[in-house]
Amino acid sequence: MPSRIRQPKTAGTYVRRGLVITYLFLLVAWPVSLVVKHTFDGGLDNLQTALSDPDVVFALQLTVYVAVWAVVINTVFGVGVSLLLVRYNFPGRGILSALIDLPLSVSPIVVGLALLLTYGSTNGLLGPSLKDAGIQVAFAPLGIILATAFVSLPLVIRELVPVLHEIGTDQEQAARSLGAGPWQTFRRITLPSVKWALVYGVVLSLARSLGEFGAVKIMSGNIAGQTQTATLSVEEKYQDFQQGTAYATSFLLALIAVAALVVVSVLRPKESPDGD
Amino acid sequence: MGIEIRGINKFFGDFVALEDINLSIPSGQLTALLGPSGGGKSTLLRIIAGLESSDSGTVEIEGVDTTNVPAQKRNVGFVFQHYAAFKHMTVAKNIAFGLEIRKRPKQEVKDRVQELLKLVHLEQWSDRLPSQLSGGQRQRMALARALAIEPSVLLLDEPFGALDAKVRKELRDWLRRLHDEVHVTTVFVTHDQEEALEVSDSLVVINEGRIEQIGSPDDLYDRPASDFVLSFLGPVTRLGDHLIRPHDIEISRYEQAATATGKISRWTRVGFEIRLEVTPDDTLHPDPIQVVVTRAEATALGLHDGDQVWLRPQAGVEPVRG
Amino acid sequence: MTTEIQPAPGATRKRRVRSATSLTRSSGIGLGLAVTWFSLLVLIPLALVVIQSADGGWQTFRDTLTNSQTAAALRLTVTQALIVTLVNVVFGTLIAWVLVRDHFWGKRILEVIIDIPFALPTIVAGLVLLSLYGPDSPIGINVANTERSVFLALLFVTLPFVVRTVEPVLLELDPEVEEAAASLGASRFTTLRRILLPALAPAITAGAALSFARGISEYGSLVLLSGNLPNKTEVASVRILTYIENGNEAAAASVAVLLLGVALIAIILLQVLTSVVSKRA
Ligand SMILES: Nc1ncnc2c1ncn2[C@@H]1O[C@H](COP(=O)(O)OP(=O)(O)OP(=O)(O)O)[C@@H](O)[C@H]1O
Ligand SMILES: [Mg+2]
Repeated sequence: MPSRIRQPKTAGTYVRRGLVITYLFLLVAWPVSLVVKHTFDGGLDNLQTALSDPDVVFALQLTVYVAVWAVVINTVFGVGVSLLLVRYNFPGRGILSALIDLPLSVSPIVVGLALLLTYGSTNGLLGPSLKDAGIQVAFAPLGIILATAFVSLPLVIRELVPVLHEIGTDQEQAARSLGAGPWQTFRRITLPSVKWALVYGVVLSLARSLGEFGAVKIMSGNIAGQTQTATLSVEEKYQDFQQGTAYATSFLLALIAVAALVVVSVLRPKESPDGD
Repeated sequence: MGIEIRGINKFFGDFVALEDINLSIPSGQLTALLGPSGGGKSTLLRIIAGLESSDSGTVEIEGVDTTNVPAQKRNVGFVFQHYAAFKHMTVAKNIAFGLEIRKRPKQEVKDRVQELLKLVHLEQWSDRLPSQLSGGQRQRMALARALAIEPSVLLLDEPFGALDAKVRKELRDWLRRLHDEVHVTTVFVTHDQEEALEVSDSLVVINEGRIEQIGSPDDLYDRPASDFVLSFLGPVTRLGDHLIRPHDIEISRYEQAATATGKISRWTRVGFEIRLEVTPDDTLHPDPIQVVVTRAEATALGLHDGDQVWLRPQAGVEPVRG
Repeated sequence: MTTEIQPAPGATRKRRVRSATSLTRSSGIGLGLAVTWFSLLVLIPLALVVIQSADGGWQTFRDTLTNSQTAAALRLTVTQALIVTLVNVVFGTLIAWVLVRDHFWGKRILEVIIDIPFALPTIVAGLVLLSLYGPDSPIGINVANTERSVFLALLFVTLPFVVRTVEPVLLELDPEVEEAAASLGASRFTTLRRILLPALAPAITAGAALSFARGISEYGSLVLLSGNLPNKTEVASVRILTYIENGNEAAAASVAVLLLGVALIAIILLQVLTSVVSKRA
């Protein structure tokens, strides 16, 4: 069926368009552009100040380190769980699939609390024994990774599951009938078909991971130069009246997240999700 | 009366979709718009319904100039190829929609819906959702919905296009019978020439935005105005200087006055029909000549694959100059 | 019957070929690992929050929730989240409509703008809003440290939800359905009310549930913007944080459980609605 441009443009069309553009401009575009503007108020000064502050540099490094780990964990877990949910039948599948979405609706503060109750070094459920075994979770990078992995857990799965459903199993069965093993089938048939959904899910996870604040604030202990991530440093610098540094750090964080998103949405082919 | 179309032109950008269309469709008839894909059939139908506007020209429905009347006010029943069912409404609700818009009394709506359900044989499905119906049932529902408003004209855009061959054939017969009962002026689009020839009172052949010919099925089949119409309405083959239908060729194993001679080079049996390909002896004919005979004829004539045969137009057939 | 994670409601229309097999040995091991990890990361910690809240007994639970400051925070959170969700229902649907049905230069840019609140770190979102609606506002609007700041922050972070659930459904709607309604005599408004809205309603509600769940749990974007003034701009998450910082984990858990419960209801609503939609498609 050809998609036709049917509705003639009426006054209503322009009113709606105007309303939407105004709304998005006032709520998002203008405020975001102001942060960019503030960042470059004194030329590159703010960025230079920020990048010569060892705490900020450390925070940025820690954030990237944590985000990469969280994304890797979520990708492996996400691909596995998506395949299990779509391709296999097992008791409790329905419950698992419903629970997977849970982290998206839990307040980051509650996430922090939950992890603290489990992995807190003194009175957490598992924390003290892990500490005895030499594994420090709370107030350490491991705890930050857990907090970050928690909040971004469903994002890969949410992108993959619909696409896996959509492509069905015909191609996979064809490959199996031609003698491909499970791993070969996955790598040569399934993965290419879900490539863009996976990339999109990974980018969303990355953006979410770089930006996590509340859960990390509780789990990290927030010590500058040791367990302080970039978002935590933004808060501290802003409240310390080092607003230039706060803007510069914010700008860097936003840049990575938004750039990744824009690149993917530009590269991702619009229609066929199976990439043919 | 019926539908009067005068001087319609329609452009999409600089693409000419319809060019100077003049057409008058008599009241109460079943008219088929026939033509190849992209010819402009849907565009014309949508202009009649007011779903698309023309760049120039006028449309009159039952004597009223509707050129500038919006679709809502034209009282036209429109049936779409893909049903356009209201998915969240039951079959009965779908059919009642137009009547509710017209604020008819509740009881009247109910009675009319019952009547229509009966007409389209969907009585026991009235409380189903469209998604619980088969394609054929959905299309009957769409038809009942369009008929409910007692439209001055009923327009159907490839109504059976999405259905399989058997259901298609059933619905086509059923549409003919329905029309004989209801007698509403009906225009339906198809690119299936058999469907058009079988169902319609009159035929309009449209190609590349222009009307090629208007007439009764017999007119068009026997007296096509152009090679295009001839070849569009059924298979043709070249015999001598003329185009002719393969079953209008007289074939013989014995020497006789003939337009062409040749050898039967191919023999395909399709049901009761036998399709032959004759490779001509002369160089006048670039391609093999197609001939169709029935099985009984083939036996009576004693034809076999590889036979030498003599071909000429059957008596009374006027071939079109090619 | 099993529930499944669904794509945004109505996003896909093709019939699904379900040809799931039973577990093999290696996939069984995979499932075991996945469930273990999921339990360690999500289930056990959340269960501990519930246990902790019950630990202090019904008394602690009730005392915490009737504490006037906490009650005020909960009231503020739920009220603002509801208002924001309502605004999102209207504007989110409108934005989705314009993105799908209108065509103009720069539409691609709007698509990116919609995703920015999702990609932006929440603390940065607060900073962003502060720069236009804070004390140094170039247009003289200062909402910092007022109830409005909570509204504004929630509006910003929940922007994508309704838009992104409604958009695919709208895209899949057959324009011929609207034409059918028109030819049956329905005005634009009647078509909107009787045909379009019922078709979009499940997606709108699903988006609203997500937006509400996100709204009541928001923290990061409020930190710099709202000032966390007790009884005035303090939201539920901030209350929980204060309880944690004061070492009162039982009270923190009580508020958390209440938030979890509300979020859970939103999720269940979402699942139910999604299955209604997929049955219809
Ligand atoms: N909204 C539109 N914008 C641009 N071109 C269009 C539009 N609608 C139709 N066309 C073009 O006009 C021509 C006629 O289209 P139309 O749909 O009327 O053909 P049709 O005869 O109904 O074909 P089919 O049998 O395939 O349905 C086609 O070339 C088509 O590409
Ligand atoms: Mg057509």
